[in-house]
Amino acid sequence: MSIILKTEKLRVEYRSRELHQATKVALQGLDLEVGTGEVFGFLGPNGAGKTTMMNVLLGFVPPTSGAAYLFGIDVRQPIARQRIGYLPELTYYYKFLTAEELLRFYAKIFGLSRAVTSRRIPELLKLVELESAARRPIKSYSKGMQQRVGLAQALINNPDLLILDEPTSGLDPLGRMKVREIIQRLKHEGKTVFFSSHEMGEVESVCDRVAIIHQGELKAIGPVAEITGAHANLEKAFLEIVGYQMQPAL
Amino acid sequence: MRNIFAVAGVVIKELYRRKDFYVLFIVTILICLIMASINIYNDANIVRYVKEISLDLIWLCSLVIAVTTTARQIPAERENRTLLPLLAKPLTRMELIVGKFLGCWLACGLALLCFYIFFGALAASREHHWPLLNYLQAGAMHWFMLGVVVAMALLGSLVFAAPSSNSTICFVIIGGILFVGRHLDQQALSLAEPFRSVVLALYFAIPHLEFYDMRDLVVHNWPLVGWTYIALALLYAFFYMLVFLIGACLVFRRKAVN
Repeated sequence: MSIILKTEKLRVEYRSRELHQATKVALQGLDLEVGTGEVFGFLGPNGAGKTTMMNVLLGFVPPTSGAAYLFGIDVRQPIARQRIGYLPELTYYYKFLTAEELLRFYAKIFGLSRAVTSRRIPELLKLVELESAARRPIKSYSKGMQQRVGLAQALINNPDLLILDEPTSGLDPLGRMKVREIIQRLKHEGKTVFFSSHEMGEVESVCDRVAIIHQGELKAIGPVAEITGAHANLEKAFLEIVGYQMQPAL
Repeated sequence: MRNIFAVAGVVIKELYRRKDFYVLFIVTILICLIMASINIYNDANIVRYVKEISLDLIWLCSLVIAVTTTARQIPAERENRTLLPLLAKPLTRMELIVGKFLGCWLACGLALLCFYIFFGALAASREHHWPLLNYLQAGAMHWFMLGVVVAMALLGSLVFAAPSSNSTICFVIIGGILFVGRHLDQQALSLAEPFRSVVLALYFAIPHLEFYDMRDLVVHNWPLVGWTYIALALLYAFFYMLVFLIGACLVFRRKAVN
């Protein structure tokens, strides 16, 4: 299994623009490796640094120190993003475009040929069940439909690595199930999926390995069964790892 | 170049799917048609006034389209978070800026083409001749002037977060250059040092958009301007577009996207 995603002593600091405000450390010395074909869950409470980590991987935020690599290429090089698909937490796309036009636009950016694009778009629209709405402007879509357009755009280049930032947030149970099915399908195709989520049940059911970060530090990493250990489920293990103290019932 | 054209294509689609352009175009057509239909004092030369007012409206509308379309591009991408999935693709920030510029400039060119075709038809209906080369010179100069405006508004959109403040500042600067810019050197001579040097430096630093105002050539059917002068003016515009675009790329390189 080759390493597809790697971070070395990754540190990210946000300097405050206001005087007398301390620098905020979002990630501190994060070492992480994700191999080909893995479904990797990246967990942590709100503000733990999950989105910062994704922003570094996508080249949005430069590391203060350390390094991050995708397919062995420094994430600051745009070419590192050629083989990845990304679905942001909240999906917003050009509302004046139709789903088909949006996918065609992203296909152009990936340099896909017309023949490949013409074949790929109907496939993806079928996968996310948006064939009937393909020629409607995105502004007329429901939230779930927009999320599915997001998934389709993340898959347009048939990526080897899919980065999903809370892909099921705000979706109804049907939408969540659909996303899970797609992740499982990608896993069977040998793709690597790196995703963050607050849905522990979902993580338990689809992930091979998980990492838990808290206040920018890596607290635990390993297979789901290993992390869960003696606890009843992943959620209980997670709460203990991040130091949550159960309140006695009133 | 592929990425630049892809981004530019989306900008052009946005312009023709929004109502702004159509509203401005219809208002201009209505005003011009009403003016053209009125026969004041049975004066045959009244057509010149009609042409002048029509061209003034076209200038105003084209500036509004150029500034408002460009000023909202990057702020809207940030606010709507469309920038995130876009920059997660193998697209550099420089390609995005150049694509946005090209899209806005080409969109302005398309809008200008519609305006000038209408203007030509209106003028031809009253004068019964169509000085195509005059229109070509005036249109090309106008379009290149809009290129400078678009590049300036794009740089402004990265410096000022709100599109409204950027648009207002751009309109003030453009108005200042068009109305006062040409007189700055004479004003400088009447000032004492160090103000004289400052105003003179300003005179040489600003892009002189008034060079591109060829409305009189069209209104009075004057002979064509030498093509060498036109080429030099276009080069001058290219230089300022390049300066503003380099500035925009440098500012955007360090800008947080989220």
